[in-house]
Amino acid sequence: MSDSVDTSKRRFLTTLTSVTGGVAVAGVAYPFLASMAPSARAQAAGAPVEVDISKLQPGEQMTIEWRKQPVWIVRRTEQNIADLARVTGSLVDPDSDSSIQPAYAKNADRAAKNEYLVVLGICTHLGCSPQYRPEVGAADLGGKEWMGGFFCPCHGSRFDLAGRVFKGSPAPTNLKIPEYKFINNGTAVVIGEDNKGAAV
Amino acid sequence: MTAKLQALLGWVDARYPLSKMWKEHLSEYYAPKNFNFWYYFGSLALMVLVLQIVTGIFLTMNYKPDATLAFASVEGIMRDVNWGNLIRYMHSTGASAFFIVVYLHMYRGLMYGSFKKPRELIWILGVFIYVALMAEAFMGYLLPWGQMSYWGAQVIVNLFGAVPYIGNDLAVWIRGDFVVSDATLNRFFAFHVIAVPLILLVLVVMHIIALHEVGSNNPDGVEIKKKKGADGKPLDGIPFHPYYTVKDIVGVVVFLIGFCVIVFFAPEGGGIFLEGDNFIPADPLKTPEHIKPLWYFTPFYAILRAIPPMFSSQFPGVIAMGAAIVVLFFLPWIDRHAVKSIRYREPLYTMALMLFIITFVMLAWLGMQPALPHLSELAFRFSELYFAFFGILAIYSQVRNKNIYMFWLVALTVLIVAMDIPRYVGANADKQALIRYSIFIPLFYLAATLWLPMVTKWNQSKTVPDRVTT
Repeated sequence: MSDSVDTSKRRFLTTLTSVTGGVAVAGVAYPFLASMAPSARAQAAGAPVEVDISKLQPGEQMTIEWRKQPVWIVRRTEQNIADLARVTGSLVDPDSDSSIQPAYAKNADRAAKNEYLVVLGICTHLGCSPQYRPEVGAADLGGKEWMGGFFCPCHGSRFDLAGRVFKGSPAPTNLKIPEYKFINNGTAVVIGEDNKGAAV
Repeated sequence: MTAKLQALLGWVDARYPLSKMWKEHLSEYYAPKNFNFWYYFGSLALMVLVLQIVTGIFLTMNYKPDATLAFASVEGIMRDVNWGNLIRYMHSTGASAFFIVVYLHMYRGLMYGSFKKPRELIWILGVFIYVALMAEAFMGYLLPWGQMSYWGAQVIVNLFGAVPYIGNDLAVWIRGDFVVSDATLNRFFAFHVIAVPLILLVLVVMHIIALHEVGSNNPDGVEIKKKKGADGKPLDGIPFHPYYTVKDIVGVVVFLIGFCVIVFFAPEGGGIFLEGDNFIPADPLKTPEHIKPLWYFTPFYAILRAIPPMFSSQFPGVIAMGAAIVVLFFLPWIDRHAVKSIRYREPLYTMALMLFIITFVMLAWLGMQPALPHLSELAFRFSELYFAFFGILAIYSQVRNKNIYMFWLVALTVLIVAMDIPRYVGANADKQALIRYSIFIPLFYLAATLWLPMVTKWNQSKTVPDRVTT
């Protein structure tokens, strides 16, 4: 038996053991990290919600809870719909090109039926819920240029009555529009589901 | 009896280095004899940490980390649990007290150059403690499940959502759900009561070990280990125990008097330590009128809000906020001035430090205010000053000739103006006027820190004495 030490063999074995151990640690870390992702139950909780809108009057807004988030339904007046075209010049993304909505809501009204705006009431900036401010000419929101819309109290983002963001707001894009469809001859809305890409 | 106790100690010492550690860290740890008022805050921070752990353990006995039960269980602690309101108010006031003490402790380091060689690692470990403390406070604030808890967490977790490409998945992974929910509350509870406190304790121990390895700095910034007596002990050092243990007890007593006054008579601190909206249960459908983080986060929150979105993304603001904290880690290499203490350093540094304190306090105040146009503009200017303090410190803390000052004066003036151009174009007339007037804030700062050293002797430091002064 020799007293000399084969250092290169020793280094090789040390490296091999370390790498094997490192792979094992990474393998064990994965289940722990993955356990923090939404559970099967949280993923299943996104079921569609059905809402009766037959009692909603023109100019009124209602808030529905869907996936624990507020969804607004606003019944716009003829005047509201006409006013949407007047603010186009001061919007960040008037055609909603970089905003999220189903195809049937990618138009000037951002709605399948221009009377009803269905929109996720979560600011695209940092997730606060804006306030419904329909009063035309509100002094704190831009005076006579304000045609009604939504105002986020957290960081001052302003949106029109189609959920489109005004220039100078911290929110980068328009409010998100979920999938939805009208049922029962248009007296009710289902939020979170549509008819294969159509809302009617 | 004494002999038997001695024998017992000997028995232990043969098996565990009890006497050795006592000597190394207390009775024969030589600290400079000239510690002043500012040296109370390290030991006070340690005491508040213990206070938070003890009150936290007792709160855990009655708290329920469940979205449907959490708010009521906290109200139960306040009304039904014997002395529960005292324990909870100690914990909630303790959180603010922790940050007050830590901010003063950090300010002491800035004044006396305690972050400089050979104490860089002490400073870096300290910044890690500060970051861990922020995580701890943020997650703890979700637990009462009030309106501010909920919407504060919503906003802060959404900051991670601003990271390009992976942001959305990252935010979902942090929350464990698509919105802040029971899953989020449960995991924040786990982090708040076990994970982060363990990290904090390890970091605090490392912070102290590193300190005792190199020895404490002092208000003169003189290394006492350089002048040792015949017995090998520093001439200007005194044993930590009993001299500084006794001194620190005085500090603890005074601190506790103030702490008790707040806990007993004003535990909400006028809405600064506990916000009124947090006494309303969390409502995922309605954001409070005015949401803001607690006071110790507001300087960074003001920076976040002040940076306008670019390329349809609020990520630049998030980067700026992160950078405001990360820059602290690099301070030992930003400030290369050979003189440690403000007592002998160039008057320029004293002025810059005072302006930095004003900047920090102003940002803290602005972060609590609604984002009105003139306040947002002011927040943008003070954010510029925040970073200017570090950037310009890197310039004047080393010996430079006039051309270098001139170069940076011109370069930074151009930078300040260039940053305003995209903000100016397309803004309305009021905003443009605000930008025109407020640009003088950073320009004056540049003049004071870069032009003055060219024409005065403001960047000349005094001679540092050999020994500490009394």
